[in-house]
Amino acid sequence: MANAIQPSRKEEIKPPVVHVGVVGWIRKNLFNNWLNSLLTVVTVFLLLKTVPPFVRWAFIDSVWNTPAQACRHATGACWSIIPHNYRFIIFGFFPYNLQWRPLLAMIMLFVLLFFSQNRKHWKKSLAYSWIAGLFIMGLLLKGGLFGLKSVESTQWGGLVLTLLLSVFGLTAAYPLGVVLALGRQSKMPAVKTLCIVYIEMIRGVPLISLLFMASIIFPLFLPEGVTINKIIRAQAAIILFTAAYIAEVVRGGLQAMAKGQYEAAESMGLNYYQTMRLIILPQALKIVIPPTVSILISAFKDTSLVVIIALYDLLKTTQTVLSDPRWLGYSREAYIFVAIIYFLGCFSMSNYSRKLEKELSRGD
Amino acid sequence: MDKEPTAPAGQGLSQELIIEIIDMHKWFGDFHVLQGIDLSVHKQERIVICGPSGSGKSTLIRCINRLEEHQRGRIVVDGIELTSNIKNIEKIRTEVGMVFQHFNLFPHLSIIENLTLGPIWVRKTPKKEAEETAMYYLEKVHIAEQAKKYPGQLSGGQQQRVAIARSLCMNPKVMLFDEPTSALDPEMIKEVLDVMIELAQEGMTMIVVTHEMGFAKSVAHRVLFMDSGQIVEGNTPEEFFENPRHDRTKLFLSQILH
Ligand SMILES: Nc1ncnc2c1ncn2[C@@H]1O[C@H](COP(=O)(O)OP(=O)(O)O)[C@@H](O)[C@H]1O
Ligand SMILES: [Mg+2]
Repeated sequence: MANAIQPSRKEEIKPPVVHVGVVGWIRKNLFNNWLNSLLTVVTVFLLLKTVPPFVRWAFIDSVWNTPAQACRHATGACWSIIPHNYRFIIFGFFPYNLQWRPLLAMIMLFVLLFFSQNRKHWKKSLAYSWIAGLFIMGLLLKGGLFGLKSVESTQWGGLVLTLLLSVFGLTAAYPLGVVLALGRQSKMPAVKTLCIVYIEMIRGVPLISLLFMASIIFPLFLPEGVTINKIIRAQAAIILFTAAYIAEVVRGGLQAMAKGQYEAAESMGLNYYQTMRLIILPQALKIVIPPTVSILISAFKDTSLVVIIALYDLLKTTQTVLSDPRWLGYSREAYIFVAIIYFLGCFSMSNYSRKLEKELSRGD
Repeated sequence: MDKEPTAPAGQGLSQELIIEIIDMHKWFGDFHVLQGIDLSVHKQERIVICGPSGSGKSTLIRCINRLEEHQRGRIVVDGIELTSNIKNIEKIRTEVGMVFQHFNLFPHLSIIENLTLGPIWVRKTPKKEAEETAMYYLEKVHIAEQAKKYPGQLSGGQQQRVAIARSLCMNPKVMLFDEPTSALDPEMIKEVLDVMIELAQEGMTMIVVTHEMGFAKSVAHRVLFMDSGQIVEGNTPEEFFENPRHDRTKLFLSQILH
């Protein structure tokens, strides 16, 4: 008897199946109280007002690859500005017939980035590939060796310059920031003070003023005849600036570490560097991945500030195209194009950080 | 107050000293936390330290591997005096294993990596050999099948056994335990104590801060009672539990043995 009623009892315990359906879902999520209903109505109204006209402008009435004059008659977007000018937007003043070189450099960069995504590839060989890769990329841009014609760095620009500033900027700022954070925690008063002063001073000024200093004030202190490339000066300003912010984020991660971790590491005889490298930093840096990536993303976007010291980054080359009388007035199209490029960069960074965070969290 | 000379070590112990603490004082700011500690530990001797919370037990054993710095007196471990010489401190730390109340495993490393880290980086043992040693000790603490897991996936008792194995991998001459079972659920205390008893039977020199009086009775050569930063009395377990000499000891024992 007892056995006979078992199956029916089992069924009772199953979770109740809930059928909601589309209407049920809409009611539950969009109209569950008067405020939500109101918001839904307003949102739908706004979407109806904006999306169809935008689609019409961008895709239906638009022209894609016509001479500039044809655009004057189109009622929609004039995307033709992009195919006619993309090489200037991407390569700036790089000599036209040599533009395969920065193109190749960018492809190398993307291949390397793609390979570095996978943590399984994080070995010595990858580090060597990066060193070799960066060297070859530099060679491709600069030329002057192996029969490559030399190209002055004043001619570098566009997306190439933006990528150059960001990749070097971010990869150099991160370790520098970590070192500063460790310095700020140091027991040596001189080191500690130096780091605090540095971090607080940098954080106390906007990036623009650092860029101005790098481009205008700094050269005044150089001995006569010595000049330092403007790109390098801007690069240094970006690195120094970003590092200070990273340092503060990393410090937060260090403070979140339990004292027991230091004690366990020290009590087995690990020295300071081993303790930091093997125990503390791997955990602390992992905790602060989200805020670190926020900083890296904003640093990537902030590279566009170099326009104020007359470097032709992606945004500046785009603006230059827009000052061409033939393309005057198509700024919406051009800026949407640039926005998409920036978005792709930022989005892949935040996507990757989420993936990395997930992978690293298997331990806890 | 007058200090009792602590009872001589039990028979059959080596006369060689491994730890010698002479008139050691420590302050936290103005707070005189250790007020003249004298303690000699022979090789293979097992000492249990008990006493009320805040009496300085943890601070005392943390001074032995310099997690805390003493300010007066001397501490000599394995013939090396503890000074601010960082090389000496690191040397001593490799010879002294420590097990903490809260295990302090490294959560980002697997169990086996937790165990091989010290040997590989401090003792410069080849990885393969370090892993073999690690597996040997994991088997010893009955947990070899968990080698590939991460600390967060283990129970408290298992984690503490891993922590003990981690210390043993460094092949220490002395093991310090700071209330190794007091953060554990009751059903896990025994598995950890069993491991410690096995360790004792193999002749490890141990200083254990604990209130597990059964453990003290069965393995300790000496039980010390600390109060207000002093070692109030120390004796063989039989004498200590049967005939406590000081009122404070009697009071304490009556509180924990009911
Ligand atoms: N880092 C510290 N700073 C200041 N006071 C401390 C510190 N560590 C411990 N103390 C104090 O020292 C006393 C002894 O602590 P502790 O050695 O942990 O005692 P026990 O382990 O016997 O409970 C306590 O009163 C405690 O509050
Ligand atoms: Mg304690």
